[in-house]
Amino acid sequence: MAQPLVKKDDDHDDEADYSPFLGIEKGAVLQEVRVFNDPQLDPRRCSQVITKLLYLLNQGDSFSKNEATEVFFSVTKLFQSKDLGLRRMVYLIIKELSPSSDEVIIVTSSLMKDMNSKTDMYRANAIRVLCRITDGTLLTQIERYLKQAIVDKNPVVASAALVSGIHLLQTNPEIVKRWSNEVQEAVQSRAALVQFHALALLQQIRQNDRLAVSKLVTSLTKGTARSPLAQCLLIRYASQVIRESANTQTGDRPFYDFLESCLRHKAEMVVFEAARAITELSGVTNRELTPAITALQLFLSSSKPVLRFAAVRALNKVAMTHPMAVTNCNIDMESLISDQNRSIATLAITTLLKTGNESSVDRLMKQITNFMSDIADEFKIVVVEAIRSLCLKFPLKYRSLMNFLSNILREEGGFDYKKAIVDSIVILIRDIPEAKESGLLQLCEFIEDCEFTYLSTQILHFLGNEGPKTTDPSKYIRYIYNRVHLENATVRAAAVSTLAKFGAMVDALKPQIFVLLRRCVLDSDDEVRDRTTLYLNTLGGDGEVVETDKETKTLLFGALDIPLVNLETSLKNYEPSEEPFDIDSVSKEVKSQPLAEKKAPGKKPTGLGAPLAGPPSTVDAYERLLSTIPEFLDFGKLFKSSAPVELTEAETEYAVNVVKHIFDRHVVFQYNCTNTIPEQLLENVSVIVDLSEADDFAEVLSKPVRSLPYDTPGQTFVAFEKPEGITAVGKFSNTLRFIVKEVDPTTGEAEEDGVEDEYQLEDLEVVAADYMMKVGVSNFRNAWESMGDDFEHVDEYGLGPRENLAEAVSAVINLLGMQPCEGTEVVATNSRSHTCLLSGVFLGNVRVLVRLQFGIDGSRDVAMKLAVRSEDEAVSDTIHEIVSSG
Amino acid sequence: MELEALNDRFDLLVTKRSVEDSFPVVKNILLLDSEGKRVAVKYYSDDWPTNNAKLAFEKSLFAKTMKSNARTEAEITMFDSNIVLYKFVQDLHFYVTGGEDENELILAAVLQGFFDSISLLLRSNVDKREALENLDLIFLCLDEIVERGMILETDANVIAGKVAVNSMDPSAPLSEQTIGQALATAREHLTRTLFQ
Repeated sequence: MAQPLVKKDDDHDDEADYSPFLGIEKGAVLQEVRVFNDPQLDPRRCSQVITKLLYLLNQGDSFSKNEATEVFFSVTKLFQSKDLGLRRMVYLIIKELSPSSDEVIIVTSSLMKDMNSKTDMYRANAIRVLCRITDGTLLTQIERYLKQAIVDKNPVVASAALVSGIHLLQTNPEIVKRWSNEVQEAVQSRAALVQFHALALLQQIRQNDRLAVSKLVTSLTKGTARSPLAQCLLIRYASQVIRESANTQTGDRPFYDFLESCLRHKAEMVVFEAARAITELSGVTNRELTPAITALQLFLSSSKPVLRFAAVRALNKVAMTHPMAVTNCNIDMESLISDQNRSIATLAITTLLKTGNESSVDRLMKQITNFMSDIADEFKIVVVEAIRSLCLKFPLKYRSLMNFLSNILREEGGFDYKKAIVDSIVILIRDIPEAKESGLLQLCEFIEDCEFTYLSTQILHFLGNEGPKTTDPSKYIRYIYNRVHLENATVRAAAVSTLAKFGAMVDALKPQIFVLLRRCVLDSDDEVRDRTTLYLNTLGGDGEVVETDKETKTLLFGALDIPLVNLETSLKNYEPSEEPFDIDSVSKEVKSQPLAEKKAPGKKPTGLGAPLAGPPSTVDAYERLLSTIPEFLDFGKLFKSSAPVELTEAETEYAVNVVKHIFDRHVVFQYNCTNTIPEQLLENVSVIVDLSEADDFAEVLSKPVRSLPYDTPGQTFVAFEKPEGITAVGKFSNTLRFIVKEVDPTTGEAEEDGVEDEYQLEDLEVVAADYMMKVGVSNFRNAWESMGDDFEHVDEYGLGPRENLAEAVSAVINLLGMQPCEGTEVVATNSRSHTCLLSGVFLGNVRVLVRLQFGIDGSRDVAMKLAVRSEDEAVSDTIHEIVSSG
Repeated sequence: MELEALNDRFDLLVTKRSVEDSFPVVKNILLLDSEGKRVAVKYYSDDWPTNNAKLAFEKSLFAKTMKSNARTEAEITMFDSNIVLYKFVQDLHFYVTGGEDENELILAAVLQGFFDSISLLLRSNVDKREALENLDLIFLCLDEIVERGMILETDANVIAGKVAVNSMDPSAPLSEQTIGQALATAREHLTRTLFQ
């Protein structure tokens, strides 16, 4: 434990004496600087003064411009002294003072003299100082010396020049790039660190030249005798080459053998770097992964915390994408739960939660319960989130997991931690029907003693929506009504709303709710009173058991479908008059402006569908946008909108991407266009679509953009009709047509006359997956059983030879565009058969469940059995058609 | 669907290594005392632009780590999206910080180099008083380990050798320096304390 060093008790009292810098004052030290000007220099005294200056700077004191200049000029006098120690301190203080360019000139000649000195220590340090303070013009003067220094036989000098080169490359790339030959020579150096620095600089110089980096790696991976640091660099560059060649190479990965051989290196840092590089390869196969996992597993039982931490962190990451590959380490992981280092323990637990199977859940929970009491909130949140994922993966285990959550909910904790628990319980209630009643009661217990207003109101709102739908809604009333007595106004108002919801939904409870609500009419807070009065009036029936009318339910439960910003503006503009405020007059259009502003500044917007294709509520946003266009209103309800597909390369004149909107009998293409040429104004922009390879579609209308000024995105739409209920597919070729007008850059005014022009865009395909929405189910077996086999359709297919099972599985998942359930998209290492469960909603809102069984034989031929269940026979057949034609 | 949305916070911390990080980068090296006060610190990154930001980092890092036992082996933790390695001896706390995607073992080598070279230079008499009295050596030592984030040297013998060369015969080439000489120099340095 951190004990201050106290030898004797009385020592402690004079602890202040420990510091030679006690009572140091900047003013006094600045006075002392005068000794630098003495004709008879005392090197030791001067060193001490510099140390004091450095101490002040290091403690966060700062010198004014004048003070710094004064100190700097005095320091330059010290170059007269031949004392080595003093010279070192002079170098240090010059670097700290970071002199301005006119000051630099004064020391340049002294430093250049040192650079050519016979003393290696002078040379190395003078190079570093000079390169630190130099500017471009000076650099050209000393370039010759630096090139020599790079290949100097003294490793310290060479390293000093190379490291300086790495930093200078940022400011003066054209100069440093001329040093390639010398740096290349230094890469062959026998001095370990010189090679390391040379390799880093060479890669930086050539980083934009893929081929050169690839050659560099090829030549060096064959070599030997390297420092571990240089070897780590080589691993990084090799994996860069692998990453960049990912699209062009087929078959064996280049340099994989090199990475694997590094797993047997004697230095741990190299083994770890290689293991991590392998786990991060895109599309890594299980065969490639295994040796890396084995290497990391050995580290797990190391006596050094750093090794255990590094290994468990890397494995935790692997567990996200290849949970099965990590299961071999589970025993080692479990022993890490009791690790002294809580970061290691947390990483181990979250890894186990990802890789664990259903049977180990109970045991794991027991271990975690002991563990939770002695870790910090930040770690607890991580664990809670991992448990939530686990529960969704194994819904049958909800009881023990829900128990765990409710237990920790009762313990001490900060807001973020409690919020994470509450969020998790809410998600579990939503996704696991069986967990609902117990979960709601846990939340009720929690608000009885909850210090966070935000959480209380959120829970009350949730209770109001879910509680009335349970078998015995009355048992929640007590908890809710208690809030009206015991809480602050915000929570009271929320509780009143929740009571009203129960009253509206459960007719039998209405009389009691009325009694309770009437007691709130005299609340001290006006919001609570207003809500109560409103609900008493709208619930109707005057306390009798009657059915609630639809309008009231909409008032209580309906979401406000008007953007709040628009409502606020309209209300501000409303002038009190005879005519009441009409909420229908408020525009429902989402203004894209505020969204566009959110985009990271400085980053040039490319595909301008981005503001719309933003965060989760994209479908809502699209729906609102489409509903503003009257022509589309007859199309019915929007089924699905695709992610934006880019139709242009990055950095072209016009950036266009397209979103496919699928309706029952129509498909609408929304082209998001951006004009990236400041000197042009585009008018009457539309997209001409050629349907020669899309027979089933017929264009019904095209909606051009009137005007498309520079850098302001606009949308043009083209709508097609297609036969109802058929998954029409096809390829569409697109041409952008517009009138272009020159814009005067000085005035920003466009010329009168424009020229008609066209711009070829890339082709777009509508595929079967466009008609499928990814919608998961939490418990596939239940869903499968309850769907029944009325419209079951089973058939077998041969998929031909494949690389491995995982590839075949992901191909079929992509083809169908369905949501994999219960983690079955992950194929275990080297397995010869696999079952994959998929769920989705097909066009026409038909739920579809798919069970895929794969098998692979010795010659890598893959066979698949496809079983489909859905609510509609035609849809079951369609799924089979998609697979057989895909 | 839900599962995807449920990205653990920790997972976010461990994902995605920036391609730009072509070589290991050290963000700072700190030497604090047993109350978390600065003995000597060196920052190589813009992550902490002001002195107050630096002090705040040191304060919370110290609070987070002070209770751990980092006396026999170096310890490690995630802190503010950084990896921090640390080791304590007597009333001195040594820290090395790197980015969250840095190879932990490379940072460990830097910490080891820092720690061991200071031990050599202070003749194993490693405590705050000794460190302050030889603060020039500590500054020089920091200067020899990392240059603006780039690792210069991790071998403690070489680092201590370069620092101690100060008062050696200027004509002696560095490479011929033995650790014995380095120690002798360091010892000699000790005899003349800073403020007599």
